[in-house]
Amino acid sequence: MIVQALAFYAFAAVAIASGVMVISARNPVHSVLFLILAFFSAAGLFVLLGAEFLAMILVIVYVGAVAVLFLFVVMMLDINFVELRQGFLQYLPVGALVGLILLAELILMFGAWVVAPGAPQAAVAPTPSTLSNTAALGTLLYTHYVYAFQTAGAVLLVAMIGAIVLTHRTRPDSRRQRIARQVARRREDTLEIVKVRPGEGA
Amino acid sequence: MAELWRSYGLPTTITVAEIVAIIVPLLLAVAYLTYAERKVLAAAQLRKGPNVVGPFGLFQPLADGLKLLMKETVIPSGANRVVFIAAPIITFMLSLVAWAVIPFDAGVVLANINVGILYLFAISSLGVYGIIMAGWSSNSRYAFLGGLRSAAQMVSYEVSIGFVIVSVLLIVGSLNLSDIVEAQKTVWFALPLFPMFIVFFISGLAETNRSPFDLPEGESELVAGFFVEYSSMTFALFYLGEYANMILMSAMTSILFLGGWLAPFNIQPFTGVLAHLWAAAWFFAKMAFVLFCFLWMRATMPRFRYDQLMRLGWKVFLPLSLFWLAATAAFLVFTGKLGA
Repeated sequence: MIVQALAFYAFAAVAIASGVMVISARNPVHSVLFLILAFFSAAGLFVLLGAEFLAMILVIVYVGAVAVLFLFVVMMLDINFVELRQGFLQYLPVGALVGLILLAELILMFGAWVVAPGAPQAAVAPTPSTLSNTAALGTLLYTHYVYAFQTAGAVLLVAMIGAIVLTHRTRPDSRRQRIARQVARRREDTLEIVKVRPGEGA
Repeated sequence: MAELWRSYGLPTTITVAEIVAIIVPLLLAVAYLTYAERKVLAAAQLRKGPNVVGPFGLFQPLADGLKLLMKETVIPSGANRVVFIAAPIITFMLSLVAWAVIPFDAGVVLANINVGILYLFAISSLGVYGIIMAGWSSNSRYAFLGGLRSAAQMVSYEVSIGFVIVSVLLIVGSLNLSDIVEAQKTVWFALPLFPMFIVFFISGLAETNRSPFDLPEGESELVAGFFVEYSSMTFALFYLGEYANMILMSAMTSILFLGGWLAPFNIQPFTGVLAHLWAAAWFFAKMAFVLFCFLWMRATMPRFRYDQLMRLGWKVFLPLSLFWLAATAAFLVFTGKLGA
């Protein structure tokens, strides 16, 4: 038990410390790397809670895909670090205001928090040992919450298509391989056998 | 004190011993995989390959390792020091931690976790970080281009690997690697899921940056790609990590498609300790076969062009694996064989 508690505090401390480093690191690439560390610690916390499926999905989706794209974009930015730091104080009031509003909203939300009737009993009831984490989540998602789940999927799909539609432009000048045309090419189209007699060439 | 030893000290000691028992043979296998690669390539090109150091050149990997160890570690002055050094360490570490969940025989596994295959998938999707960090921190154009190519390539092929894994999971009904192997007692999944097996093998080549998908290295255009600036042990760690990843990918292929430690037709001539050895021997034989196919590919195929690589990943493998996944699910539902 004591090892679990120690592991919890270690993961939690790393998560908070790397969260602070995300906003305070000078180099944006370092920020993204600290963000990845924060995700990782969160995954560790999930494992400690016994939610191993969520932990793995967190690593696969956020660390393995989302953060790679972050890093991809941030790496290619050509940023002048000195200039970046100069704007810091200028934006501080706006940032503080947004932070305050978020904090107020959180307080309001938690103040009106009502636990669903029956939830504490359900949480206390032991999970059947035959039911694995993954199966339990799956049955819940595809029965009780199937509409919400499918709606979330549809929203993501729309967002994805929207992003592609907004950013995609056809470039007429790019030279692409047209495989159908290559395959359809016949010998007669390109090759001509000419009999050249000696002395009559050129 | 004795209580503390029994509940924490002893299990920790045993686990550490098990980790050593996995990692030391793994590193030896990595060393001799480089030797095998040079020998196979040599045989394919009608050469002799390494044959000077030791009998049949068997000590060549040791000599190479010693040479790299003796060299000076050069860190470019424009490099981002911490990230530059962390990148090879991360690559190497990730290639080792994945072995925690690989089962060598029924019950012979370091951590028999419920979500074993997801863990492997997560670790292999992290492999891109070592490369992308190396590419960025070297502060070199060649390394940077190599890193970008590698990131795009690994993200693209992970998608189809994911679908392949899901179609296997549908049949098994479990994320546990031992369960996946046990489910192949009747037939290895390479037969009913043959197209998926091929997709997985080719995506595995792309995921490990092996030829014909070794564009991140691309020595004819990018010098050596993401590890141009690396030397000595930092380079050696990348090299070891790459080969350890190949071995891991071959282990994944054998577990998912070739029945892991199961002998063909479940032949079991031995009992006791020999039975374990027999099972492990089949597992290693299958891994060796897949690894040989990796090397064979390198000897045979020319490197893909970048647009061909992306087309293959997104326009061929992704629709194919998605279709096959839907077909597998439909088949399982209509025959009523859907797993738990």
